[in-house]
Amino acid sequence: MKKFKSLAIMFTFVLVMGVLAACGGGNENSSNSSNGNGGEEGSSEAVSGSIIVGGSSALQPLAAAAVEQFQQNNPDAQIDVQGGGSGTGLSEVAAGNFDIGNADYFAESKEGIEASELVDHKVAVVGMTAAVNAEAGVTDISKEDLIKVFTGEVTNWKDVGGEDMEIQLVNRPDGSGTRATFNEFGLDGATPAEGITEDSSNTVKKIVNDTPGAVGYLAFSYFDDSSDSNVKKMAIDGVEATDENVTTGDFPIWAYEHMYTKGEPEGLEKAFLDYMMSDEVQTSLVPDQGYIPASKMKVERDAEGNQSDL
Amino acid sequence: MSNINHSSTSSSTHRLIKNKNGSVKRNELRGKVVVYSCAALIIIATIAITLFLTIKGLQSFIVNGVNVGEFLTGLTWSPSGEGDVSYGAFPFIFGSFSVTFLAALFAAPLGIGSAIFMTEIAKTWGQKVLQPVIEILVGIPSVVYGLIGLTVIVPLIREHSSGIGFSLLAGMIVVGVMILPTVTSISADALKSIPQDIKDASYGLGATRWQTIYKVILPAAMPSLATAVVLGMARAFGEALAVQMVIGNSKALPESITDQAATLTSIITLSMGHTTYGSLHNNLLWSLGLILLVMSYVFIIIIRFISSRRKV
Amino acid sequence: MNRRISNNIATSVFILCAVVMIATLVYLLGYILTNGFAEIDWSFLSSNSSSFQEGGGIKNQLWNSFYILMMTMLFSVPLGVLGGIYLAEYSKPGKITNVIRTSVEVLSSLPSIVVGMFGLLVFVQYMGLGYSIIAGALALTVFNLPVIVRVTEDSIRSIPLKQKNASLALGITHWHTVKTVLVPAAFPGILTGVILSAGRVFGEAAALLFTAGLSTPNLNFTNWNPFESTSPLNPFRSAETLSVHIWKVNSQGIMPDVLEIANGSAAVLIIFVLIFNLSARIIGGFIFAKISGKK
Repeated sequence: MKKFKSLAIMFTFVLVMGVLAACGGGNENSSNSSNGNGGEEGSSEAVSGSIIVGGSSALQPLAAAAVEQFQQNNPDAQIDVQGGGSGTGLSEVAAGNFDIGNADYFAESKEGIEASELVDHKVAVVGMTAAVNAEAGVTDISKEDLIKVFTGEVTNWKDVGGEDMEIQLVNRPDGSGTRATFNEFGLDGATPAEGITEDSSNTVKKIVNDTPGAVGYLAFSYFDDSSDSNVKKMAIDGVEATDENVTTGDFPIWAYEHMYTKGEPEGLEKAFLDYMMSDEVQTSLVPDQGYIPASKMKVERDAEGNQSDL
Repeated sequence: MSNINHSSTSSSTHRLIKNKNGSVKRNELRGKVVVYSCAALIIIATIAITLFLTIKGLQSFIVNGVNVGEFLTGLTWSPSGEGDVSYGAFPFIFGSFSVTFLAALFAAPLGIGSAIFMTEIAKTWGQKVLQPVIEILVGIPSVVYGLIGLTVIVPLIREHSSGIGFSLLAGMIVVGVMILPTVTSISADALKSIPQDIKDASYGLGATRWQTIYKVILPAAMPSLATAVVLGMARAFGEALAVQMVIGNSKALPESITDQAATLTSIITLSMGHTTYGSLHNNLLWSLGLILLVMSYVFIIIIRFISSRRKV
Repeated sequence: MNRRISNNIATSVFILCAVVMIATLVYLLGYILTNGFAEIDWSFLSSNSSSFQEGGGIKNQLWNSFYILMMTMLFSVPLGVLGGIYLAEYSKPGKITNVIRTSVEVLSSLPSIVVGMFGLLVFVQYMGLGYSIIAGALALTVFNLPVIVRVTEDSIRSIPLKQKNASLALGITHWHTVKTVLVPAAFPGILTGVILSAGRVFGEAAALLFTAGLSTPNLNFTNWNPFESTSPLNPFRSAETLSVHIWKVNSQGIMPDVLEIANGSAAVLIIFVLIFNLSARIIGGFIFAKISGKK
């Protein structure tokens, strides 16, 4: 009995130690295999190895869906898709812990990241616009008025041509890519007034839907055109918020979805990024999930936000 | 069980006869070493947590040159470089304290009342029914409380007030319910430890039950009941996810109880993933974490202070 | 007369408090179970979660929850029991004991989000474990350790002194007495405490957000080699647990059936917490009956 007990205690300790000791080894193992195997394979052949793709929670579903399809053709490739947010994605890829870091914004826009070390792969474009509760009675707004609404300069919809109804702002958290994009291109850099702050597009949509006078901002894919929806797309300066108008550069509020690698991608990283840019993903998965294929863009934008024709 | 006891005792005596001196001593020493090192590990873990989080939490002040006074009292929070950078965390500190005090205001009377019911009014079956109720309530994960807050309490508040539903009030209710079992069970323990003779003396003088409770039991148990409430508040102060789901996370100071607000914890969970390591924004979130750490020490000191008064 | 009325009023107020509390529990459980039960079926429990489409399940999350729970217990039970033995048996009143008591108190009063941040800093970043099961389990160990220490100390202290003295009088050494007399006698109490704490660990989310991560790689449930990256047993992969899943779908989810998934997951979570609670009672009662019956 006694022997059994001390054995059990010893066993647990050995396990604890073993597991702790194995941690370093385990990590090395996986990174070795990604470099070793990935490098040797040609891009047309099935690739193997293991990489971690992580970051932006907005991009996570698209990445996960693409990985699923990719693995059907490359059963030996192990790609782990993680979330954690765009900031995490950039930090971890810069630190070498992620092989591909997903972000909703340019690495240059964030301090603490050596953007020159990272290589940008723009896999998709997302258009977004103000989402307003139908009862507010405003679905077309001038940019000037939009800024007034979001900075709190006007607090009632009647001042911008709508019903007599208080404006309820729904914000995104500081540092979120959606917030940064909307502030930069929708509000021309103005700082929005305070309001309820939610991270999830679904929650924002639900609040706008349920609260008279509420206004937030959402990617195009969250709007449904059914007449019973209380959430209305806002046209800005008379320009409808459509994919078409984004690709031509007429509608201003859009951003790239980025996949960053540290240095030029190799092996499995390259194979996967090539797959992301292939027609298979760009013409099916990307539009299915409400993104605009990067290949369709007729304009481009740099990290400073300057737009130019392609 | 007694079977195990028996066999192990016999094997140990057997063993004792076999090797009287050396191995026994070595065994004893080995046991001592293992036990002592585990105890040391607990100390090391505590020191490590305190040290690492303090160093990391001070980064924003040392490396980024954030002004401590401005950080603690400033009203605007815009650390990610939209317009002017500002880092006033006062609204979150205020939010955390409001939620904590309001939750205690809700949970303390209800919890102590239930504890009195358990220990003074229905001693046998009250105990039998409420004990498992408390244990299950303690066991319900905080995300589940948050989920119910989101699907039941937020819409309820939205219907009955002008606001959006997500509010300080919603956070307070959710956290209040969460700390209720903590307050109840510790209060019940305190009330049970009051000697029966004191109560009997009071009843013997012809006092009613209420008079006995009010004049004798409550004053005697007061320091322990205060400990129960403070422990509940400590839990409320650190609660993160349930609060974040219902409070609305607005960075401005709330104007009323049905207004949305933010707490230290809700801002940390909301923003952590959006920041890059080492940036000012990220460092500031660690500083918010440091406030949480300091506050949990403060709660311990308060509890120590209260219980030192109990012994006198 | 007056004091009788006030007595009756007070009594009804206390009864009302108790009724409110019981009603809260009944409502909570009723709400979760009635809303969640409709969502639970075999395919919900056995299919992968979907990140953007309808109809995702919780297979991986459920597995992760149990795996992290097991790992956490593997770390925290031996450490906690030994720490409890120290406090009950080896500690002498003095500075060091005081420091340990304070440490246990500090650890147990740390908000779980702070434990999570510590885990992120030390296990995930400094030790380079990344978002992984092992980092999550280590963070939860910090969270669970003080509970086990206290349970062990209380259980050992509640053993009648004569039982211990009898053993010591036989000339059996201290450590040997601890192992052969005290720990077996305290076992029912420790076990009950461990199971109850398991319920708490199972439902914990805040400490795992920053340590075990918010995602799970594709798992291959036919591969049980813990060193393979697709293996469910691989401790170095990220793992989203059931309670983290509930938080994530509510705060970041983009699938249309967020509420259904959250309700279903919450019901599953509550059912397991109830099972832990119930089995702690049954085992505790059973062992107690066995001891008192035979003695």
